[in-house]
Amino acid sequence: MSTPFYVSPEQLMKDRADFARKGVTRGRPLVALQYADGVLLASENPSQALHKISELYDRIAFAAVGRYNEFENLRIAGVRLADMRGYAYDRRDVTGQGLAGAYAQTLGTIFSSAGEKPYEVELFVAEIGDEASDDKIFRLTYEGMVADEHGFAVMGGNAESVGRYLKEQYAAGGDLAAAVRVAVAALGQSEGETRVIPADDLEVAVLDRTRVQPRKFRRISTGTLRELLGDRGTETPDGDRPEDGEAAGVSMPSSVDRPEDPTDLVSGGTPPLEDPLTGEPPIAPPPEPGQ
Amino acid sequence: MSGPQAGAGRLPDAYLAAGSSSFADFLGTTAPELLPAHRSLPAGSAADLAPHGTTIVAATFPGGVVMAGDRRATMGNVIAQRDIQKVFPTDEFSCAGIAGTAGLAVEMVRLFQTELEHYEKIEGSTLSVDGKANRLATLIRGNLGMAMQGLAVVPLFAGWDERAGIGRIFSYDVTGGRYEETAFHAVGSGSLFARGSLKKLYREDLDEDGCVTALVQALYDAADDDSATGGPDLARRIFPVVHVITAAGGRRLSEAEVAEVADRVVAGRMQRPDGPAASLS
Repeated sequence: MSTPFYVSPEQLMKDRADFARKGVTRGRPLVALQYADGVLLASENPSQALHKISELYDRIAFAAVGRYNEFENLRIAGVRLADMRGYAYDRRDVTGQGLAGAYAQTLGTIFSSAGEKPYEVELFVAEIGDEASDDKIFRLTYEGMVADEHGFAVMGGNAESVGRYLKEQYAAGGDLAAAVRVAVAALGQSEGETRVIPADDLEVAVLDRTRVQPRKFRRISTGTLRELLGDRGTETPDGDRPEDGEAAGVSMPSSVDRPEDPTDLVSGGTPPLEDPLTGEPPIAPPPEPGQ
Repeated sequence: MSGPQAGAGRLPDAYLAAGSSSFADFLGTTAPELLPAHRSLPAGSAADLAPHGTTIVAATFPGGVVMAGDRRATMGNVIAQRDIQKVFPTDEFSCAGIAGTAGLAVEMVRLFQTELEHYEKIEGSTLSVDGKANRLATLIRGNLGMAMQGLAVVPLFAGWDERAGIGRIFSYDVTGGRYEETAFHAVGSGSLFARGSLKKLYREDLDEDGCVTALVQALYDAADDDSATGGPDLARRIFPVVHVITAAGGRRLSEAEVAEVADRVVAGRMQRPDGPAASLS
């Protein structure tokens, strides 16, 4: 029996965090921002069927980036928890804080449990109150940290560029149209370029205090979105992202070897790890291209 | 909330497991004590222990469906409540009215409401009207044991069928039998009189307002001959609960709207106590 390598706990946690963070930042950004009548959530998502933003309860919404199957799992758990609590007690007893707490515990336990792969997700749990000052946006990271965000929050890929744009342009207390415009413009920001995201590729939803129904969650249709956005110039769709293929249930192994990416399926020119005892590679290296 | 815990503090496994999009099924695995169907009663009749709800009527009109219920709950010869609500929206395009043991019926409607909302949130789409009606039948079937001890729940379900573009009505029996009704139906102790009244008053070309009036007339007739059904309470201004569902969604008519219809009906009855006369041929 071979002796396992010693890995320090710090290194182990750092590796797990790097792994999870990489999964989260590979996707497209998602923004949450407060406006006069509630909270707006928006992301670029070419898929019409697989949502990143959805309803948890009357006044609570869920948004996520990262691996679809993992956050979908968490979303369903949240719906179950919320409905269970609302049924056992009362609808008013379901709170965003309670749900965020349950998510934090779950993500934290999974992250530090050695037997499980850390979830490659980041979540927002948004909740609206009767007044704008009661609105809350909780941000949950892959290791189970909870942060209470004010005004706006960004997660996913290009989060820095998007956040920088929002810091300059976001004004508190705006109406829905203003919130949609600044959020969508922010999503189009990436290092060194600005893109106009096609309205068809956007997923936008709000928690709207002014709705008469008790359920305040509302998706904004593409038609309404176009009206709210007005004329923005030529639309440029984004290229394929790994998350799109994953979301459609198709695995798309990238054909390039990226040694820094632990999940790519190509080993390319990088030789596989040697067996520590024999010094032999465990499998034959792939033939050089052209041979 | 109990369940097997995989790790301290994290959500129990049942929450994270892939599974059914039915809330009742989920409740059955994680908290069966909250399901009405999982309760066992000591032997004997429990029929006189709790208040009973009485008459519910429903009718369709081109473009929608209306359901109305009186406001009385009785316990034997005593009026247990004068302003009970027996017609509930179950989601945006459906509603249910309840007759039978009030406590159990209200609990069943609450479970059914959660069931529909749960499905909608998890699947991202709503159930078809037939799907909703069948789910309700399953819930009623689970209550059969209690029905046999006198705690029966017999709802009436109405919904807007988006695909067919019509309003539809379903009635049930205590064993969970589900029957689609055409045009109109009534359940509860006063249902015989209400149905007789609707037979004479109902026309297929009624508009929304006419349909509401026909139902309020039917409830008046039910209250006229059935002691357990409450008529319009003019002194306290308590009037039936009326729920209208159209392609635009469902809404409960405001107190003022129903009061206006009820006042008109009562004024007519002052002239002719038996209500409007139908032609003989």
